Amino acid sequence: MSIKFSATDHVANRSLNPQTSFQDLILTLQIYWAKYGCVILQPYDMEVGAGTFHPATTLRALGPKPWNAAYVQPSRRPSDGRYGQNPNRLQHYYQFQVILKPSPDDIQELYLKSLHAIGIDSEHHDIRFVEDDWESPSLGAWGLGWEVWCDGMEVSQFTYFQQVGGFDCRPVSGELTYGLERLAMYCQGVDSVFDVSFNGRDDDRALNYGDVYLQSEKEFSRYNFELADVDILFRHFRDAEQECRQLLEAGDVGESGPHQCVLPAYDQCIKASHIFNLLDARGVISVTERQSYILRVRELAKACCSAWLRTEAGGFDG
Amino acid sequence: MADFLLELFSEEIPAGLQSRAVQDLERLILQGFGAEDLTWGEVSSFATPRRLSLIVKEVPSNSPDFREERKGPRLGAPEKAISGFLKSVGLQSLEQCKIGSDKKGEYYVATIERPGKTAQEIIKQLVPDVVRKFPWSKSMRWGDGSLRWVRPLHRIVCLFDDEVVSFEVDGISSGNETLGHRFLAPERIVIDKIDEYKSKLEAAFVMLNANTRQEAIIEQAKKLANSEKLNLVEDQGLLSETCGLVEWPMVLLGIFDEDYLAVPPEVLITSMKKHQKCFSLVDRKNDKLANRFLLVSNLIAADGGEAVVHGNERVIRARLADARFFWDQDRRKPLEDQTEKLDGVIFHEKLGRQSERVSRIVKLARVLATYIDAELEVVTRAAKLCKADLVSEIVGEFPDLQGLMGYYLALEQGESEEIAFAIGEHYKPAGPNDDIPERPVSTIVALADKLDTIAGFWAIDEKPTGSKDPYALRRAALGIIRLVLENEIRLPLRSVFDKAIDNYRDVSGASDLLRKMDDRKLAELTKDLLSFFAERLKIYLRDKGVRHDVIEAVITAGDREDLLMIVKRIRAVEECLVTSDGINLIAGIKRAENILKIEEKKDNRSYDGSIEPQLLKEMDEKLLYAAINRVAEDTRKAVQNEDFKSAMQSLSELRDPVDSFFEHVIVNTDDPSIRENRLNLLSAVRSIAGDIADYSVIMGGER
Repeated sequence: MSIKFSATDHVANRSLNPQTSFQDLILTLQIYWAKYGCVILQPYDMEVGAGTFHPATTLRALGPKPWNAAYVQPSRRPSDGRYGQNPNRLQHYYQFQVILKPSPDDIQELYLKSLHAIGIDSEHHDIRFVEDDWESPSLGAWGLGWEVWCDGMEVSQFTYFQQVGGFDCRPVSGELTYGLERLAMYCQGVDSVFDVSFNGRDDDRALNYGDVYLQSEKEFSRYNFELADVDILFRHFRDAEQECRQLLEAGDVGESGPHQCVLPAYDQCIKASHIFNLLDARGVISVTERQSYILRVRELAKACCSAWLRTEAGGFDG
Repeated sequence: MADFLLELFSEEIPAGLQSRAVQDLERLILQGFGAEDLTWGEVSSFATPRRLSLIVKEVPSNSPDFREERKGPRLGAPEKAISGFLKSVGLQSLEQCKIGSDKKGEYYVATIERPGKTAQEIIKQLVPDVVRKFPWSKSMRWGDGSLRWVRPLHRIVCLFDDEVVSFEVDGISSGNETLGHRFLAPERIVIDKIDEYKSKLEAAFVMLNANTRQEAIIEQAKKLANSEKLNLVEDQGLLSETCGLVEWPMVLLGIFDEDYLAVPPEVLITSMKKHQKCFSLVDRKNDKLANRFLLVSNLIAADGGEAVVHGNERVIRARLADARFFWDQDRRKPLEDQTEKLDGVIFHEKLGRQSERVSRIVKLARVLATYIDAELEVVTRAAKLCKADLVSEIVGEFPDLQGLMGYYLALEQGESEEIAFAIGEHYKPAGPNDDIPERPVSTIVALADKLDTIAGFWAIDEKPTGSKDPYALRRAALGIIRLVLENEIRLPLRSVFDKAIDNYRDVSGASDLLRKMDDRKLAELTKDLLSFFAERLKIYLRDKGVRHDVIEAVITAGDREDLLMIVKRIRAVEECLVTSDGINLIAGIKRAENILKIEEKKDNRSYDGSIEPQLLKEMDEKLLYAAINRVAEDTRKAVQNEDFKSAMQSLSELRDPVDSFFEHVIVNTDDPSIRENRLNLLSAVRSIAGDIADYSVIMGGER
């Protein structure tokens, strides 16, 4: 099937302008990485704290098989909500995630060219790779890399994955995470995320980020900090933990064959992680308890990763 | 002789690791040369964000031949001994050995000969080995490879005598090509001659030498500051960090809105430094923070830096807006209310909460107020508020600003200057060169805070050991010593320690160590603390150039708990030792002490009885006795008045009589009662002098 636009169609004539439109910024990055050879995935349909949680990163980073993917991932950080009052802080925002496995030798150049594609050139802008060691305690993952600065602003995270779920990454994946709102604010020269133009229009169809998300920020901040039912959340956490373990057990056929039920189990791990974040935002988890909750999520993540390595996609060939 | 060049070119190396790494590289390569008997001349090494480089001059093209004769077993020795020997020297049969002889007979001699190697061979072996085993504190793998480096390693330039030394490390072949500045000179550079390495890179916008980059930053920064009639706020840490982030530094000037200057300057300076690695500027006239900042970029931008400055200004604006928001939040929360939140903050797992810590500091400060002149109410309030800023937004963001934020908030909320200063200064001194608070209330809170910390960690047996001192207790002890001495405070340490440890008994969730602490254990801890402080005091005084033996003499003379008095005694003895009279006096006293020590040991008793005047026979012992009677009272009074200088002076009157006594009087006579009387006489000398020090420890002066 092919879709053809007529010459008069307004869509066909318009070229993308990542400097003035949030959605064009995303589309440009997608096109850039698609041309490189990445599979362009859609967001994972669950609440996650970062693009790294997408199985296309967490699980695909493990095992010997090459994997190149790019996708937008809506990310939720309940504690970062500010009721829409802070121009830089959101409890729901977008990351553009690229994962290249094995990390190519020219990955830094590829990244810099992607910045060029969205209008950030290195003749006018001071682009710097500033040390940043990455660690995700709840995924049992760590890597070394940088935060990338453009004129003093952090626009991306750049990480060489060393371990995920406590397992060595062989080969190593390179992960690029673009903070889309920040990049858009930078490109568009606005000081508040809510002023970012979403669709780049200046006619009566113009929409900015605030039009789309301000109400949601207000409502979810209230939910995250005030309304989320703590008892229900605690229960859901336990349920997710239990189901994750049950599914892993049910899918385990021993040495005779690959694991049969990793992805559904991993969904429960993601769920537990998000519920923990909500409980944390509600302020009902003490400092000492906090560590033990993180540990419980990590145990699930590790178990899922271990099972993943015994699936076909994870490199199992028994 | 020829030169050697090595460049390891990688992705961006963390700024903080560069200088250590290049030192390691130099050390490992030279060690490797040394192990192969290669010599070398001048060595220079460089680190930039993307490369570690080393140039070693005048390396010989061959290592020397090696020849050694090794003596082996005797002829006819057991088979095992012979085969073992052959193996150890790497020979196949005895025919390859010579025969030597000595008085005992003949033995085998093996000649070990190893021809020298070419420098190329050595380098070829050495460099891959150094790369594979490089001691990065944190390293990583990348791609499909298994090599570890701090970030992916891409190129190795390795030249000897301007020729490539070829080898491969995990797929990276050595060569003579490198890259210049990432953006300003992305083309490949071929290094044909080692002599051209630096200039070629310079032409490609790479300043190899970190010092050169630092100087360039400072020079440009000062020039920009000058143009605005401002002064640079110098910061060595920030300078070396920014220098590790650029290969070609370009300093640019940015502006922020004047309104932000309402926030305490340290908050703005810290925010710009920590978050953005930017330098601050102050007004030349009044030293006040200016609404300008300097950023160090890595680019000669096509537009002269306009876009770079514009971008940085926006980020700085957002950062300062955050800082101002936090400051405004904090200002509105009374410190007194904030202290309640300390209930939710753990001080240390085994030592309870911050709120409990504050209560202890208050208690201790009130005790200290009896020794240091200050109003009890003011002391109590200052101590109560001293940790309140720990729960402020700003300190949460910038922990370095603890104390200082409390100072600003206290002033802002109408506390007295005395209280504000006490909060601000109570962490001082931060190190051996930091200022000491002088205001009485500040001194009291500073002492209470440190005493409480030391006592707590002592009670849970977390004392410093060897090089480990995770809670900086030695620094705290030194702080206490300096606070006491430099402010001339009389403080009975024993009872203060007792009090400080006792305060810990009712800590919530206290460990067994604290709960089961009985009075005996408490006394033990206090005693241990006293000797810890004596040790720290010795080190403090030794650093000040005080003679080790004098310190020892005073500290061992008695059970001393008053640091100030210890030091006054030390000063008096020291002064005495400057004059020859003093030296002779002390020599005389030492002689008396030593004779007594020997005789007391021999007789297994001590001599401290009264002197019988009718048993004094010789003129010189009568004179000594008279002198003792004259001096004893004066000395004792002077000691009582803590005027140790006068005590030493009055003591010095004993010098001549003691000298004459030893010259003309024999202590160990046949008559036991006369002998005893003379020993008692010496004992009187010992006892008068002993109020100040134990002179037997003092070196020299013995005749």
